[in-house]
Amino acid sequence: MRRIISMLMENEPGALSRVVGLFSQRGYNIETLNVAPTDDPTLSRLTLSTVGSDLRIEQLTKQLNKLVDVVKLAELTDGAHIERDLMLIKVRATGAAREEVKRTTDIFRGQIVDVGPTVYTIQLTGTSDKLDAFVAAMAGAEILEVVRSGVAGISRGEKVLSL
Amino acid sequence: MGLLSGGEMIARALEDEGVEYIFGYPGGAVLHIYDALFKDCKVPHILVRHEQAATHAADGYARATGKPGVVLVTSGPGATNAITGIATAYMDSIPMVVLAGQVQSHLIGEDAFQETDMIGISRPIVKHSFMVKRTEDLPLIIKKAFHIACSGRPGPVVIDIPKDLTRPDAVFEYSYPKTVKMRSYAPAQRGHTGQIKKAAKLLLAAKRPIIYSGGGVIMGDGSELLTQLARKLNYPVTSTLMGLGGFPGSDPQFLGMLGMHGFYEANMAMHHSDCILAVGARFDDRVTNTVDKFCPGAKIIHIDVDPASISKIVMADIPIVGPVHSVLAELLTQIDALIEKDQAVPEKGALGRWWQQIEEWRAAQGLFTGRRYGESDMIMPQQVIQSLYRATKGDAYVTSDVGQHQMFAAQYYPFDKPRRWINSGGLGTMGFGLPAAMGVKLAFPDMEVACVTGEGSIQMNIQELSTCTQYNSAIKIINLRNNNLGMVKQWQDMQYEGRHAMSTYEDSLPDFVKLAEAYGHVGIEVKKLTDLDGAMDAAFAMKDRLVFLDIFIDPMEHVYPMHIAPNGSMNDMWLSKNERT
Repeated sequence: MRRIISMLMENEPGALSRVVGLFSQRGYNIETLNVAPTDDPTLSRLTLSTVGSDLRIEQLTKQLNKLVDVVKLAELTDGAHIERDLMLIKVRATGAAREEVKRTTDIFRGQIVDVGPTVYTIQLTGTSDKLDAFVAAMAGAEILEVVRSGVAGISRGEKVLSL
Repeated sequence: MGLLSGGEMIARALEDEGVEYIFGYPGGAVLHIYDALFKDCKVPHILVRHEQAATHAADGYARATGKPGVVLVTSGPGATNAITGIATAYMDSIPMVVLAGQVQSHLIGEDAFQETDMIGISRPIVKHSFMVKRTEDLPLIIKKAFHIACSGRPGPVVIDIPKDLTRPDAVFEYSYPKTVKMRSYAPAQRGHTGQIKKAAKLLLAAKRPIIYSGGGVIMGDGSELLTQLARKLNYPVTSTLMGLGGFPGSDPQFLGMLGMHGFYEANMAMHHSDCILAVGARFDDRVTNTVDKFCPGAKIIHIDVDPASISKIVMADIPIVGPVHSVLAELLTQIDALIEKDQAVPEKGALGRWWQQIEEWRAAQGLFTGRRYGESDMIMPQQVIQSLYRATKGDAYVTSDVGQHQMFAAQYYPFDKPRRWINSGGLGTMGFGLPAAMGVKLAFPDMEVACVTGEGSIQMNIQELSTCTQYNSAIKIINLRNNNLGMVKQWQDMQYEGRHAMSTYEDSLPDFVKLAEAYGHVGIEVKKLTDLDGAMDAAFAMKDRLVFLDIFIDPMEHVYPMHIAPNGSMNDMWLSKNERT
């Protein structure tokens, strides 16, 4: 089952490598990884998605919590949450394809953020599923480049991950 | 406080931390620190002959005393040589602080001379590590390192120190923090009362209980309380390799070590129990045999300070996260209260039947005390350990290396006190025994310290005989010499039809007696059983000398019992070359 784990960690050099290292050391996979400082510059927020059974994820969260740099941790997929992945995708846009790409982008509520004589760069945000669907919908066009931020997420309602 | 350089801060901080010994080896990147130690530091420095030995010696010191071991090494090869010892300490949860030199800050990342990414290399085998960026951070970082190394589940902490931060001409205000608080690090201080109550009830309702005691009982200073608990309830106790001495080994309630080379009665009792109280143990694969078949009828209460150790391999029915000492104290209180309310628990009849069953197992397959097979004049390895036990009245510190001799020592030297049995259980590091014994002897100079080893292991850190000369370490080395890498050979005998691939030395072994003498020690060769006790006594009579006893043993002997793998359960064991359960 797909899980999203989000954590606050000390914004220190080496902290990220400890988290990433733990995954390879203990045989887990990271599907996506997203990390940036928060409003408190001493803290980074790291969100990652992975796949595993309840038992395995429980063990993983325990191991992550043991890392001295990890201050607080939550599994977002435990409850109602909002998740967003951002994609920039560059596609060939010539001839008939130019109009078709524009139409599909509108349907997905994406934005064309850069226009060239033969290419469009499209920005799309949403769940990972939606982004996957868009890439599939673009199958007819020539995709030149895809870049995704990885999942960032936050719990719904009053629940917060903070100190 | 006056102004101090980085090097002086380190020297002073180690004093302020109450460090008794620094184990280390100088080199370019740590020369400023060594100069500061030389000029003004009350903490003696022990110069080893290889950095791996510095970590093992600090480790042996830490295991015997419960205090953190301190290591100082230079950058590059100094740091990488320390890695095996850090990993050894990590696997067995030993408190250790390793100060490693680093090249100057502006050279980092440039593949400078003797540069290595120590933080990166050590990352998976440390509890935490620090890269020092500013000299004035040194006192706080050192305080934090000791705090992390010693609290919660202990472990090694590395501090990487670029050379320029220790230079003598850059001085700063120094004050050593008395306490330290970290928002991201707060190990459990006590167990959950509700869980402990549940555990007390389950424990008292058990008909076939067993206490499974691990290294955490020793590291967490829980031996006394565990012994009190076991005696109050008259429940049988078994112990892991790391937990030996946590409960008195010569007590009839003790069933011996469990696991791969555990005692028959210990493994049988585990398999047939209905309630296991696991304390400071981690259900290691050398204990459980096939996990799916592990103790099918048992409810499991698991006490550990590390939540990640609980339900990692075997699901706990009642998990209790907390320090062994405080949880056991509360558990005892709860049990007292329950017994006061109901005198009928634990049920005496059921417990009597359980003990009767255990005694039957014990009588059927007690450990071998004579010759198991064949007729020869050879000394059996077990007899050597028994002779050592006799000569030291069971009261020595015994370190060991890794292999058959380690298992024989664990089986045949019943430890009555915690911290007396010092071996690399988790990582299984050959070469551990001699340097570890040096650390123990420094901590307890008036106690007997024996290193039980084999001719394979001892050669992995044999250079430390020179360190022993320098510091007059009157260790007794008990070399169980079978002219083979014994445990490798045993597996080859059992699983590879006796093909002894690279497990013999083809007559290339040194004359250990002469070798010991070359370092200024005493060497004694023992080849006949009739000479064994005499030689052992003679060795221990030489109080102020290191004696190397090179004892020729029967090379054909295997360690039994031995779990049958793969797919065996706790009670599936080889009992000899041709008998099995």
